[in-house]
Amino acid sequence: MSDHDSSLMPYVFVLLSLFALTGLTVGVAYVHLGPVANQIVAFAIAATKASIVILFFMHVKGSSSLIKLSAVGGFFWLLIFFIFIVSDVLTRTTLVPGWH
Amino acid sequence: MSHSTADAHPAGLAHHFESQEQQNSSAFFGMWLFMVQEVLFFGGLFVTYVYYKLQYPEAYKAGSLELDVPLGALNTGVLLASSFTMVMAVWGAQKGKKEILVLGLVLTILFGGLFLGIKWEYEYTKKWEHNLFPGPNYEWHGETGGPQTEIFFSLYFAMTGMHALHMIVGIGIMLVMIPLAWRGTWTPENHNFVEGFGLYWHFVDIVWIFLFPYLYLIAV
Repeated sequence: MSDHDSSLMPYVFVLLSLFALTGLTVGVAYVHLGPVANQIVAFAIAATKASIVILFFMHVKGSSSLIKLSAVGGFFWLLIFFIFIVSDVLTRTTLVPGWH
Repeated sequence: MSHSTADAHPAGLAHHFESQEQQNSSAFFGMWLFMVQEVLFFGGLFVTYVYYKLQYPEAYKAGSLELDVPLGALNTGVLLASSFTMVMAVWGAQKGKKEILVLGLVLTILFGGLFLGIKWEYEYTKKWEHNLFPGPNYEWHGETGGPQTEIFFSLYFAMTGMHALHMIVGIGIMLVMIPLAWRGTWTPENHNFVEGFGLYWHFVDIVWIFLFPYLYLIAV
């Protein structure tokens, strides 16, 4: 990786931001914003934390385009997986035998 | 071809690579393809989680309330700290500071072990004692939720168990890495193994970042 930091301090700030976001996700869970809104907020915080880990701890920031494409590709395929399963389940209706 | 291959190739550079840079990019691309596979592997578990959550939201809520939020939050912090010590180890390898590399690996093992210890002693054991482990001994006495809570606990044990298994494998690899690191196997020019292992350990951290809110926090 080309992006060699000269000190560990940037990583300390990354760790502190991850601790803060963990506290935030616990705190906001106790604030009832509505069942859907709570889940969106929880997902947004988890996705932010994951992005911070991927960019800074896994050094994807400063990596080659090939590595960036691989990282994005994995999650993009996962998104396709989710969208198809969820759209199937949410649009199901109970089939009643017999035609009327 | 009178010169020996050792002259043409610096130490640590495999013969089938033209340059250290080519070797590094191959190593990281290979490791990232493995990471993509891991994303989809755990993704399958998360999709299963979502599939049943849409069908039995009440059972998920009731089941989730049985989990210990402070312990889950504490373990999230422990695992994030282990990611920091892992990045410290990688930084030590980059800078050629052997002591920092070894210290980072030792601390990562300790934090990883602490996470697993908390999980086993205060979470899995308690669930087992309360007959919340899926199987013939499963009993649910809650007012809401019903028998479908067993689906929630099946996914809880499958997902956290698979996550814990990844950590156990990681700790095993680090135990092998420590003596190698101490003997100076990895140099600032060539420490692809350390960086590649770091990717694996951070990925395991990312899995937990998603497991924590989806298992512990959905009903508080």
